[in-house]
Amino acid sequence: MKALARIGLVALLAASTVAATPSTSPVPSNPDDKTILHVLNRIGFGARPGDVERVRQIGLSAYIEQQLHPERIRDEQMAARLAGFETLNKSSRDIAQNYYLPAQQARQRAQLAKKNAPPAAAGSGQPDAAQQPRTPEEMQFARKMREPLMELSEQKIIRAAYSERQLEEVMTDFWFNHFNVFAGKGQTREYLTEYEREAIRAHVLGKFRDLLEATAKSPAMLFYLDNWQSVDPNGPHPANGEMFGGRVFGTPGRNGRIGARFPMPIPQRNPNQNPNAKQAKRGLNENYGRELMELHTLGVDGGYTQEDVVDVARAFTGWTMNQPRQGGSFRFEPRFHDPREKVVLGRRIKAGGGESDGEQVLDILAAHPSTARFISTKLARRFVSDTPPPALVERAAQRFRETKGDIREVVKTIITSPEFFAADAYRAKVKTPFEFIVSSIRATGTDVTDATPLVQSVRQLGMPLYMCQPPTGYADRADAWVNTGALLNRMNFALQLVGGRMRGIEPGTATVGAVLANDISPATAETIAKATDPKQVAALTLGSPEFQRR
Amino acid sequence: MFSRRVFMKNGGVALLSLGFAPAFLARTVEAAGAVRRKILITVFQRGAVDGLNMVVPFGEREYYSARPSIAVPRPTDPEGALDLDGFFGLHPRLAPFKPLWDARQLAIVHASGSPDGTRSHFDAQDYMESATPGVKSTQDGWLNRYLHAREHADATPFRAVALASQLPRSLQGLEPALAIGQIGQFGIRAGQATDMLQASFESQYAAAADKVLGRTGGEAFDAVKMLKSADPAKYQPENGAEYPRSPYGDALRQIAQLVKADVGLEVAFAEAGGWDTHVNQGAAVGQLAGRLDDFSRGIAALVRDLGDRMADIVVLTMSEFGRAVAENGNRGTDHGHGNAMFIIGGQNVRGGKVYGRWPGLAREQRYDGRDLAVTTDFRSVFAEVVRGHLGVADTKTIFPGFTEPQKLGFIA
Repeated sequence: MKALARIGLVALLAASTVAATPSTSPVPSNPDDKTILHVLNRIGFGARPGDVERVRQIGLSAYIEQQLHPERIRDEQMAARLAGFETLNKSSRDIAQNYYLPAQQARQRAQLAKKNAPPAAAGSGQPDAAQQPRTPEEMQFARKMREPLMELSEQKIIRAAYSERQLEEVMTDFWFNHFNVFAGKGQTREYLTEYEREAIRAHVLGKFRDLLEATAKSPAMLFYLDNWQSVDPNGPHPANGEMFGGRVFGTPGRNGRIGARFPMPIPQRNPNQNPNAKQAKRGLNENYGRELMELHTLGVDGGYTQEDVVDVARAFTGWTMNQPRQGGSFRFEPRFHDPREKVVLGRRIKAGGGESDGEQVLDILAAHPSTARFISTKLARRFVSDTPPPALVERAAQRFRETKGDIREVVKTIITSPEFFAADAYRAKVKTPFEFIVSSIRATGTDVTDATPLVQSVRQLGMPLYMCQPPTGYADRADAWVNTGALLNRMNFALQLVGGRMRGIEPGTATVGAVLANDISPATAETIAKATDPKQVAALTLGSPEFQRR
Repeated sequence: MFSRRVFMKNGGVALLSLGFAPAFLARTVEAAGAVRRKILITVFQRGAVDGLNMVVPFGEREYYSARPSIAVPRPTDPEGALDLDGFFGLHPRLAPFKPLWDARQLAIVHASGSPDGTRSHFDAQDYMESATPGVKSTQDGWLNRYLHAREHADATPFRAVALASQLPRSLQGLEPALAIGQIGQFGIRAGQATDMLQASFESQYAAAADKVLGRTGGEAFDAVKMLKSADPAKYQPENGAEYPRSPYGDALRQIAQLVKADVGLEVAFAEAGGWDTHVNQGAAVGQLAGRLDDFSRGIAALVRDLGDRMADIVVLTMSEFGRAVAENGNRGTDHGHGNAMFIIGGQNVRGGKVYGRWPGLAREQRYDGRDLAVTTDFRSVFAEVVRGHLGVADTKTIFPGFTEPQKLGFIA
């Protein structure tokens, strides 16, 4: 491990000679420990023992530049740490067919067997079918079904804790949360691995427009925000589009009346629903159209109207997927697409555009000044403070517009700004539970060979991974995470971690100097001085008020 | 003065004799003379309970023709529904509710539910807890917005408590709320070093320059000591109340403990699962019957245990949607629409009546031709509780975008 770190260091030093910093840069050229720690806490998940010294040797400016180009950072040990996982590189189809479908089939077989069983006795308190004892076959497949999500959750913790590409991990966390999907909604979880890997991670420091389209076409998002079942109520239309010659507005459908129900099979509806249930009525679904503007691009005050929501939703009709229960992929289905003209934020989208309607909407939204401002505000909130300085947001938004949404440039503007290094940004952020746990692992040099207990811990601290229900994602503000129960849970986690009572986790110990740059209150210092062993020192450090901030 | 006296009797003296009186508690005691705070206890039946077998419309011929193997028989049958008003009856396993109904402490709103037609558990629970059906981006829950509308200086860390491992959506938001799995576990857990480490952490947070963390940390340790003094392990329910031995029964018992400990509880949350009866639902006996038994015995025990205190308490039950009118091919029921809600307790609750317009069960009267139609928006029920019981006149910020229709009248 040490040898690898040294190789990485040589690579970093080599790069640092390239990225010379002009003397006018707000990035301090001779930073103190607190400043280096601040950078490690913000563009990464905190310092490991020795990190502050390493960054000082590389140079702060060079370190930041390096982090902005993760592809230039060697990260061999990550491959070794992830080698035991079997699903991380699998396609959704593979995951659906080999992990989820077998469990469903086993359950169906078991249900069929129970179907003719006599009803349970009165007042037995017997739970429903889902909670009844399962057959060994069901149990075995159910275990296998849980693997993909568990592995995904473990890799998120392991990468954040050990990857040299810290900023890339921060950005992956940020963008996943920005384009949040919820593993608990039906089949969404079958698509999560691919979603994070290909829609999110691949674009985290790239062009915003690419990221936006990757999420728009991802089955995970199509599923989560229901767009896959949003259809033109006036359809279905002929697949080859020959009717769409501009005369389509008000044109009767195939069965002779406008607004007729579909006479033909359409994608299966909500898989939460029992397959025996009758199909419900179907039509335009505004969920994605609304959240796309409110949460992904313009922001709630971004200047759109309900008419825009409807027309955006209409533009995305027909953006659906193949075989939703079998890990299928994005598909444009012209029969369900509303071919008529749309007007979005005052811009006309001509009739008959087909799949390109949605792409035009993405163009309009990605280039809109409200989007530049909204994204810049959220990034500045992540990197600087809960209430980011307006002047910084404005400069970042300007950079967003100048570079046509180059995320790397926007992030660079923020993390090399005077506001980022200002005294009032120091420890201005309260760590989320995920940040707290990962930074605890890093600070103590803990070796994690099995991250499943940590997945549980993040859940216990109120931030279950991939399980944030609303499309807003988790809040990035202190008030969401500071409450009495949560604080006690953090102290208990610290005790549990350093106590060595978690399977597959070999705790190290923290020293105050490394973890908090010796910047602690006299009371904290006193309690640590009174500790009777290194484990208590570590627990009192990780549970301290100082360590709850970054 | 009632509340103050009980506090002094149950916990205050013991605390004072230990030389400990948390700041928030002192505020509560001072305030107790002036205001007797109302309490709301919500029970979420997650998984969509079959409202038609819970509150049975035995007067509907359609009910019996649609459910040949799972209908609850008419009250004339020995295993039949418990007649309420000649048209509706309680499932026989809800027998613990019958005395409450007879004493007019229990009201029912039938055919209630969401204006949104989703049949996804996820979406429907989300909509019910955010109380903004159809709007997914709402970040806070309705109970938290109530707490916000009712912000006051005497709030304690126990103001809003979910007896659950996770804070439910309905309690999430700006106002602090606690999720506690077991109140006996609330505190620092470090074996033999617990006292020493707890004292250490406490002094760290007490001295923190960080106001937000310092204040919250201080309240956390006050709360820990408070609970320790209340000694949850030794709790004995009163009036012969017997809670069912289930996680749900435990949750209700602990809510009663918190109420009696006078720690400033205003909103409590518990949930009961196991309602998603697609297969072999049963009728007067069987799967659903077992769940309803647990459900009603829990609430009946809570009411008995809390005795006179129930005058200030309302228990409100809800479930994300109902189930289809007709049984399916597996002697179960699929996801539906309208459902029934219970309102129990409270000085002003006008029980002994089924409220709401009954839409009928004939095919043309159903929603989408298959489900019980919704004639009362669930927000009307929430809003009436918030206004009539909790005393908030203006509910606009709690139920954004909702125009309350004429009130149902289940609260005087």
